[in-house]
Amino acid sequence: MAGLALVVVLVVVAVGAVIAIPYDEAIQLWRGGEAIWIETPRNALPGWVNVLPGVNLPETIALRASQRVTGTVPEQSGGVRAAALAVSFDYQYDDFPSEVALFFEAAFEQRQPLASVSWLMPDGRRVSLGEQTVGASTRYVVSQDQRLSQRLGGLPPEMGLFTDQRLDPPQAGRVLKGRYELAVDGLLFEEKSDLGVKLVVYGKVHGVAGTDHRRRDLAVALLWGTPIALAFGLLAAVGSSVTTLAIAAVGVWYGGWIDAAIQRVTEVNAILPALPILILVTTFYSRSLWVILAVVILLNIFSLGIKFYRAFFLQVRESPYIEAARAYGAGSRRIIVRYMIPRVLPLLAPGFVTAIPSFVFLETSLAFLGLGDPSLPTWGKILNDAYQNGALYKGYYYWVLQPSALLMLTGLSFAMVGFALDRVLNPRLRLQ
Amino acid sequence: MGGGNNQSSALTGESSPWGRLLKYSVYRGVALFLTTVVGVYLTILIANLGGHVDEIRRAQIREAVGALVLANPDLQVLPPTELRRLMDQQVVLEETRLGLERPFLVRSLGYLTDALSLSLGRAEHLTSDSGSRQVRLILLERLPPTLLLFVTAYLALFCISLVAGLFLSRRYGSFLDRATIALAPTSAAPAWFYGIFLILVFAAWLKVLPFGGMVAAPPPVSTWEYGVDVLRHMVLPVTAILIGAVFLSIYSSRTFFLVYSNEDYVEMAKAKGLPAAAIERRYILRPALPPILTGFALSLIGIWTGSIILEIVFNWPGIGRLLFQAIGLYDTPVIVASVVIYAYLLAITVFVLDIVYALVDPRVKIGADGGTP
Repeated sequence: MAGLALVVVLVVVAVGAVIAIPYDEAIQLWRGGEAIWIETPRNALPGWVNVLPGVNLPETIALRASQRVTGTVPEQSGGVRAAALAVSFDYQYDDFPSEVALFFEAAFEQRQPLASVSWLMPDGRRVSLGEQTVGASTRYVVSQDQRLSQRLGGLPPEMGLFTDQRLDPPQAGRVLKGRYELAVDGLLFEEKSDLGVKLVVYGKVHGVAGTDHRRRDLAVALLWGTPIALAFGLLAAVGSSVTTLAIAAVGVWYGGWIDAAIQRVTEVNAILPALPILILVTTFYSRSLWVILAVVILLNIFSLGIKFYRAFFLQVRESPYIEAARAYGAGSRRIIVRYMIPRVLPLLAPGFVTAIPSFVFLETSLAFLGLGDPSLPTWGKILNDAYQNGALYKGYYYWVLQPSALLMLTGLSFAMVGFALDRVLNPRLRLQ
Repeated sequence: MGGGNNQSSALTGESSPWGRLLKYSVYRGVALFLTTVVGVYLTILIANLGGHVDEIRRAQIREAVGALVLANPDLQVLPPTELRRLMDQQVVLEETRLGLERPFLVRSLGYLTDALSLSLGRAEHLTSDSGSRQVRLILLERLPPTLLLFVTAYLALFCISLVAGLFLSRRYGSFLDRATIALAPTSAAPAWFYGIFLILVFAAWLKVLPFGGMVAAPPPVSTWEYGVDVLRHMVLPVTAILIGAVFLSIYSSRTFFLVYSNEDYVEMAKAKGLPAAAIERRYILRPALPPILTGFALSLIGIWTGSIILEIVFNWPGIGRLLFQAIGLYDTPVIVASVVIYAYLLAITVFVLDIVYALVDPRVKIGADGGTP
């Protein structure tokens, strides 16, 4: 069955994700921050779009300066040395990069080195990117330099530095392909000073799944969302199904006021709106996933499924072997556990399997509202981020479509298996 | 009709079908009211556990008293220790007035009567469109859009699933039948999920329908155009609700119809030569309605809880979106009141379904464990 195959695939992915990226590392990656994600572009499309014909979007180019030529500067004395650093790369993409940034690293005691940066384009033009003093680790975001933008005719630097000017001046918008070079002439003022630079030309695609607004690779969250979603759905479904079953059995067996009390509690539970109460709990108390799981199970113990199990147990209670068990003096607990519950387990299976995706979507709903577990990378969290950052309006469809596809896949696979089980196991639905 | 009526009266001892219905309504109404009371009480307990709301109240009192005392020019001449003593006195007075030193359980009964009588207090941050801070008015303004959307969707869902289910039950094993079964698992995803896709296709890509909201801004002047605009904005949300529930509903109602059309009395009716329409109406539809209504009730509850996110996705000005705004502003009175309103709406839905159930199923008797199972 197709459903079963999909479920297996999901489980494999889930297990694989947990093994490939250990939990702590995943959380750290997801918490993000500059140290980890600074060299990935923002809101980048998934890498496979370049497979499509006619699409040739740039990937990120990150290069450290290679040649280092040091010599003394003849005009000045006092140990001032010159350093020349260069980075060159070949740019053959059809589209402009999303950002350009330089990362300087300098070693010095008191006097900071001076760096003079220039940009050499394939057609021979040289653009000066200015001079600056460099600290221990300085970031110069070229694409946010307003004066540079003006010098380039009003274009944002990441476009201006890559535009083919042989066509009409600046608004042509065509990328100049060829060999680019970044040259840094540095002045080092101390004996032991040192200067290094790294050029990052941010692309517009990244990885398998693209990136989000905080430059995080979405593949991490998509992969790790799988075991979290599956675990939550499974635990919730198991917890609520088993307890519901047990309570229905107890109610039917003991009858009388216990049965009536359970009925009344069930009705009250039906009135309690599940999602609003979850919202209450997560707003006021805790957003930890375990708390959410516990509340979900609690709210679903006395669910309306009790009526179905109750009807079935009523039938079972009158059957001859139960009567025989009572005749030879079996205790109530023994009868319930050994005879009644095993009889109903096949009936449990379809409902249980069909319930899993509804719990997965419940957790997604909470995360979408911003009330999910804040430290865990779940699919709902991705959707929440996407929605908060206007993904649909800005055209970042991949951001919304990828977690939705995974959610749909999970839901469909479990639902298909559940339906198949239902057709096989449910006696009511057997038609000749 | 005469013979049948007499027979039923002799069995049940009631004077007329309408009298039976009335008594049943009253009984169920009272039972449901009691359940609602318990449910609302539980909601209040949950919202107040941990003393969170009490802390807010105490902080509010302290702030208000402090502001009052400091603003009073006559009291400025007093030394700071005197001022502090005065403020503490006032705080104690206020707290006593509000009964905060009474145990919580006693006060919770007071909150319960408040909630049940719908005197829901004042909002902390939100204001209604008409400028009032009263939570009741804020909620009342938001209730009609929610009702409009969901009542329309439910009615459409119910009619479609009945008609299509009946249609399919006559074509067991056909292509449409198997297609419906194959599509039934799509109901695993909630309505708002499909809503996002609908927006993507029809609003962002094809640009034929609006992104969200209930009316265009600025709204059209004439009533007719206003109504048409609202309808236009309703298309996508209602469609989302339908997609999320329709295939499963058609599947289950078709299954029930199939089960009941295999009964012996249907064979009898066919042998008697009754027209197909009459058979369907009297022998198949009538007994199948109760379990169909049950299944429908279950899906209803699912739709209600999903409605919050649906309203957010479509920016629909209903109670769901209000709850979301209140969460963002941490406006406790509105949050608690919205949850209470949802409990009421659920109770009313169940009540209405019980009435319909009683109308449809003549076997429902008072005192037995009747009502929607």
